[in-house]
Amino acid sequence: MTRDIQVRPGAYQDSVTLMQISRELSTRPDVSTVQVGMATELNLEILTQLGFDVPDDASPNDMVVAIDAEDAAAVASATEALDEALTRRPRPSTGLGTGVPAPATIGAAARRGDATLALVSTPGRVAAIDAADALAAGLDVMVFSDNVSVEHEVLLKAWAASADLLVMGPDCGTAVVDGVGLGFANVVRPGPIGIVAASGTGAQHLLALFDGVGLGVKHCLGVGGRDLSSEVGGRSTLAALDRLDSDPDVTTIVVVSKPPAAEVADIVTRHAEGLSTPVVMGYLGAGQPDLTSTAQRVTEAVGMSWTSPPRWGADTPVGRPGFLRGLFTGGTLCDEAMLLAIDVVGTVASNIALPGQPQLAPDLAAVGHTFIDFGDDRLTAGRPHPMIDPALRTERLVKELDSPDCAVVLLDVVLGHGAHPDPAAELAEVIRGAQTPVIVTLVGTRDDPQGLDSQAQTLAEAGAVVHASNAAATREALSLLTEEVAS
Amino acid sequence: MNGPVRALSAQTVVTAGASLFEDTLTGQGVTTQPVAWSPPIAGTEDAVAAVMLDRRRAAANAEAVRRMTSAKATLVDVRPAAQALGLRRGEFLHAGPPVSWERASGPMRGALIGAVLLEGLAETPEEAEAMLAAGGCSWEPCHHRGAVGPMAGVVSTSMWMLELRDEEHDATSWCSLNEGLGKVLRYGAYSPDVIERLRWMAEVLGPALQAATRARGPIDILAIIAQMVQMGDEGHNRNRAGTLMILKEWLPDLITSGRDPGDVAEVVRFVSGNDHFFLNLVMPACKLMTAAASGIPGSSVVTTMARNGTDFGIQVSGTGDQWYVGPAQIADGLYLGQYGPEDANPDIGDSAITETAGIGGFAMATAPAIVRFVGGSVPDALATTLRMYDLCAGENPAWAIPIMEFRGTPTGIDVTSVLRSGQLPQINTGMAGRVAGTGQVGAGLVSPPMECFVAAIEGLAAAVRP
Repeated sequence: MTRDIQVRPGAYQDSVTLMQISRELSTRPDVSTVQVGMATELNLEILTQLGFDVPDDASPNDMVVAIDAEDAAAVASATEALDEALTRRPRPSTGLGTGVPAPATIGAAARRGDATLALVSTPGRVAAIDAADALAAGLDVMVFSDNVSVEHEVLLKAWAASADLLVMGPDCGTAVVDGVGLGFANVVRPGPIGIVAASGTGAQHLLALFDGVGLGVKHCLGVGGRDLSSEVGGRSTLAALDRLDSDPDVTTIVVVSKPPAAEVADIVTRHAEGLSTPVVMGYLGAGQPDLTSTAQRVTEAVGMSWTSPPRWGADTPVGRPGFLRGLFTGGTLCDEAMLLAIDVVGTVASNIALPGQPQLAPDLAAVGHTFIDFGDDRLTAGRPHPMIDPALRTERLVKELDSPDCAVVLLDVVLGHGAHPDPAAELAEVIRGAQTPVIVTLVGTRDDPQGLDSQAQTLAEAGAVVHASNAAATREALSLLTEEVAS
Repeated sequence: MNGPVRALSAQTVVTAGASLFEDTLTGQGVTTQPVAWSPPIAGTEDAVAAVMLDRRRAAANAEAVRRMTSAKATLVDVRPAAQALGLRRGEFLHAGPPVSWERASGPMRGALIGAVLLEGLAETPEEAEAMLAAGGCSWEPCHHRGAVGPMAGVVSTSMWMLELRDEEHDATSWCSLNEGLGKVLRYGAYSPDVIERLRWMAEVLGPALQAATRARGPIDILAIIAQMVQMGDEGHNRNRAGTLMILKEWLPDLITSGRDPGDVAEVVRFVSGNDHFFLNLVMPACKLMTAAASGIPGSSVVTTMARNGTDFGIQVSGTGDQWYVGPAQIADGLYLGQYGPEDANPDIGDSAITETAGIGGFAMATAPAIVRFVGGSVPDALATTLRMYDLCAGENPAWAIPIMEFRGTPTGIDVTSVLRSGQLPQINTGMAGRVAGTGQVGAGLVSPPMECFVAAIEGLAAAVRP
């Protein structure tokens, strides 16, 4: 047996705590006695009776630790356990207070529980402060807020990379983490797919397309639209890839983004090649496959069969002269439709014009084939996103349906958590009886709270043609344009 | 990749911002911890962002708390200020940030007048006042010498100082001997009885405590504070248990000191009759703790809160000795006798060092006995301490609050948390009369002005590496 006695000057703890610790440590198998107490006369006397060689210079303000154990190693490990017990923080208590004040900061909230993730939707100018607080508290963070400066984004992501944390966003509209939808997210079923998305509605469209063929998604990690720019360098994309790769449930990863900056594309490709999980790159852009094709590619890669996404509504309407008007709430859906339209009609004006295409004036007056993204930052400043409050878009729809030069309207309706509870009802009111054909992309899953089928039925009954595929919807809309204006 | 990658989980999610997203999470069965979010104090957004995005901050603040909680504070001696601090005739120390005669408040002027009279530099208060106004003396903050002073905090050469050591960080701090309550110099009174009491303190009390301290050997003040916090003292407005415990330490050696038994009895009566005697030991102990945390680059932890009756000043770890000041506020509380709010001087004294170190108003939950005295209820006291945890970078396990299930006191005020939450630290305080010579008029609760924290964040932001 080995006996050890240590005096710790000035280390005060109350006697009840020390007695509890003594009892706890004495139950260790390789220990016969552990006595921890303040060096009061009584305690020292007890130790002397137990046969310990008590030092004379200990005062009642000192802690005395006496251990009788099998060998030196047992003494050392008991001492280590003691140190841990002494520094152990009691469970945060709220005392007798009736009301506990709500935490004022993310850091304070994190200290009160065992959160692993923070969701920040504070104003963009200050959202980086809250995101930094989350990182300091050791949390992954999803930044829903837009208008965060690129300097702050770079600082946050460099920090996260060094701390093995993940920053989703900024301007991350959608995420699914372990089946939980964050922000505007669709209700997904569990499955083997992991998505890294630099685009919110692009990701939602993929979630919906996978759901349509019965393919489940475990995680969908948004990284923000600027992540793959050369300034940000794909930091969150790389972190998200690592996280997905280390999840044994994820067997296929798909990256959905606008084409990255060339040097970042190389980094991401090389990184993806080093992973044990196969990665499908679903870059969106001129000459790239559309989202529906990407969904098909991924579905087939996991060995499932692909069926074309459903279409609801009457036979193809009759075309008429005029221009195509696309009225979108989702930026990526708008981009994808414009890419397909440019291939057919050559010129498409927009408030988010593609390179080489005309930019709309701030009053958004239509110029030929015209696409408007109502979710663009400049149109959401100071008002809710059109997925929550589609009033601006509905107003424009009324105008276009009355407009003599509008040949066909293309719309998106995005379902899921956070979105408007019944977007189809409001649109149906406007569409019903309209002479101009209306084609709708309906993005949603079977389990979304609004009900995919009932939303589709409402729109179809009002006379709209509804597609679960944005690419298919756009192609049908384009097919309605008559030769003389389409050229 | 470095080591194992964290699993992705959304079982518990902290939410800040739109309540819509919190609702959708709750609807999915996720545990949420919503933040009662408010925007940072207007105008500080960029500076707060610069400081929050400085990756050094979290570790620097943890280090500040580690140093605060690892400091030692042992009473090693009691001796005159001339010896202890090298103070010369005509040199004075005072509470709070620097202040000129022109800007000095009534109680500060009154205490300086009293000190001039005590040192025999003038015969009458009028003469003393003229001398001080003419620049015939010099004064600087106690904090500039590592000392602290309650209320006006005026220290002059002949006053005896309690001397505390932090061997861990090789630092020393001092505080004068507490005069008691009511009409006393530190509240700005300078009448003959005040001066007479100070003379007795220098001639009898100081030497007796010196003899007892030297005979007894070093006394661990932090250990006494740990016990008093469990005995209903919050260490700022209530020091009753602490006072009795320090007296207990001194008593045997006082008795055997060979001094006149009448003097010994008078010393014991004086100390035991003044429930605030131990405040003057708590304060230098807290000063040693907070001084240990000073000067850590990137840390946004407050290391000093001090008031001179005109200005409230704070110092922050990351910028060392730099003062950030704003106007001192009038406390909200109870008044003695006929006094009312119009009689009260703005906040004064270095005693907010106790809150800076995590007790006083921060440990309100442990002192239910005084909550009514400072105008609150017991649930208010608990809520105050809970609120202070949210402003602090850490906790001090050595100072455990029984009613909070022995949770440590909230320690290390973070400037960013103050500005982001808009909530100010709570200070328990005494109130001095506005007019020089009045003395104490009441006690209550007070907060620093937000201006201090606004100025501090600008200073911290300027110190963030580009």
